[in-house]
Amino acid sequence: MPKAMRDVFGETLCELKENPKIVVLDADLGSATRALKFKDVCPERFLDIGIAEQNMVGIAAGLSTCDMIPIATTFSVFITGRAFDQVRNTVAHGNLNVKLVGTHNGVCVGYDGATHEAVEDIALMRSVPNMVVLVPADAKETEMAIKAAIAYKGPVYLRISRIAVPDIHGDDYKFCIGKGEVLRDGTDVAIISTGIMTSRAIEAAEILLKDGVHASVVNICSIKPIDRKLIVEVAKRTKRIVTVEEHTIIGGLGSAVSEILSVEWPVPIRFVGINDEFGTSGAPEVLLEKYKLTAKDIIRAVKSF
Amino acid sequence: MDIIELKKIAKRIRLSTMQMLEKAGTGHPGGALSMVEILVTLYFEKMNIKPHEPNWKYRDRLILSKGHGNPSYYAVLSEKGYFAKEKLSTLRQYGSILQGHPDMNTTPGVDMSTGSLGQGLSIGCGMAIAAHMQHEKFRVYVIVGDGELDEGQNWEALMSAVKYKLDNLTLIVDYNKLQINGSNEDVMGIAPLDKKFAAFNWNVIRINGHDFRDIRNALEMACSTSGRPTVIIADTIKGKGISFMENNPIWHGKIPDRVQFEKIFRELEGDI
Repeated sequence: MPKAMRDVFGETLCELKENPKIVVLDADLGSATRALKFKDVCPERFLDIGIAEQNMVGIAAGLSTCDMIPIATTFSVFITGRAFDQVRNTVAHGNLNVKLVGTHNGVCVGYDGATHEAVEDIALMRSVPNMVVLVPADAKETEMAIKAAIAYKGPVYLRISRIAVPDIHGDDYKFCIGKGEVLRDGTDVAIISTGIMTSRAIEAAEILLKDGVHASVVNICSIKPIDRKLIVEVAKRTKRIVTVEEHTIIGGLGSAVSEILSVEWPVPIRFVGINDEFGTSGAPEVLLEKYKLTAKDIIRAVKSF
Repeated sequence: MDIIELKKIAKRIRLSTMQMLEKAGTGHPGGALSMVEILVTLYFEKMNIKPHEPNWKYRDRLILSKGHGNPSYYAVLSEKGYFAKEKLSTLRQYGSILQGHPDMNTTPGVDMSTGSLGQGLSIGCGMAIAAHMQHEKFRVYVIVGDGELDEGQNWEALMSAVKYKLDNLTLIVDYNKLQINGSNEDVMGIAPLDKKFAAFNWNVIRINGHDFRDIRNALEMACSTSGRPTVIIADTIKGKGISFMENNPIWHGKIPDRVQFEKIFRELEGDI
């Protein structure tokens, strides 16, 4: 059984306790985000700020200027939305060494419904200067992205899903901020995907192969900075791109890919993502169907060329 | 430092402030003038700093949460030697190290970028928590405007400072009673400030914010208070030191005309 990505987040935090600069901040959601696991092993560097995300981000900013590495955690909708001004004006403008982690995002939040399902967080964070945006695709990449974020000096937004997805990466996987990764090589089309959708992109590619369609699958965890070189390379090779994300198609991965290719190597692009609407309540699998975020929908996009 | 000496410095800072604003042709005189004595006492008497080493790890920190008041702040930093006085005439201009609101990455001595109101106290809490975690002695000062207290984030931060027993954190309210749209009480109503802070379990001191002895004593009391943070509510006069600007909210963000500036400089230079 693959691990839920939020569980990996909690476990990785515990591992990081050996670094005396790490401080974990929670806004009364630590049981859901798994940040509370850090409290168990390192209570002296765990701060429960209460239901006050703006204050939490401000406190994190202050800590960072005194040589600590604060990790501010809550649901994506709150850390990127409720505290947007604090993130923009204090953390990003100051280029502060603050890590912002949202563990609940996209429609896979599920039963909590639209108010808790960030579908625009990547767009918000990507639009802010200095901000690095990382969206891991499985358990191993979650662990590596967290470690890379800590090693990097500057503001980072980490979008970590609450759910489990099939494991894509082996134990020897190395992640590097700014680098994308080719998971499958094909010349008919390239599926460029991020987060939990990458395992669905692989599933789609496998089904397409049976129909004689050879699809590349490119996983982009580092949405900002993005691997421009790799994206241009695959566009040149495949001449058709499908982008896939559990996020609004406005301003996310699809937009990032389009911004590059429209200038450097224009090719037709199809976008699999949430089509400018809010989420709703339901089981994650039901919602992924409703919002057309399944392998079937990726295949349909590929066949629309 | 001798009070007479502090007063002389304050006069120079007021003059520099108005010279900067005249040159810039844009900026906020009222709130810059109301906090001059507070800044002068902190930087010339109280704070443990090394202007030649602005990022010295063990320095006391100051966050000017009411970032728009920065002309007098810049004048004080320059007077302390953080940067050359010639830079003051570049305030708000393209390429200047003196941005329209404080920028920690361009101005030596600025400990935190501010401008979006209501954020300074949270940041100050973070710095003060870091000092406790590191068992360091440095202190953190946050200056907020009174109008800025309309922002809810302040009240979140007030609670966290008490929770974490931040006796190394001092909040100073520049209580000049005015904001852009008029009096604090007409705009939203922040009174009674002392009772509100006391209800949040802060150590509350109320002073005349233009009286150096008052400021000095309050800062001393803040230092000797353990286990909880101190707020100094400093009653001040917006536009202090310039007769026609005092207590008039129109001077929050307005620049005088040429004739008014002549009067201003006659008043301020006559003082010196």
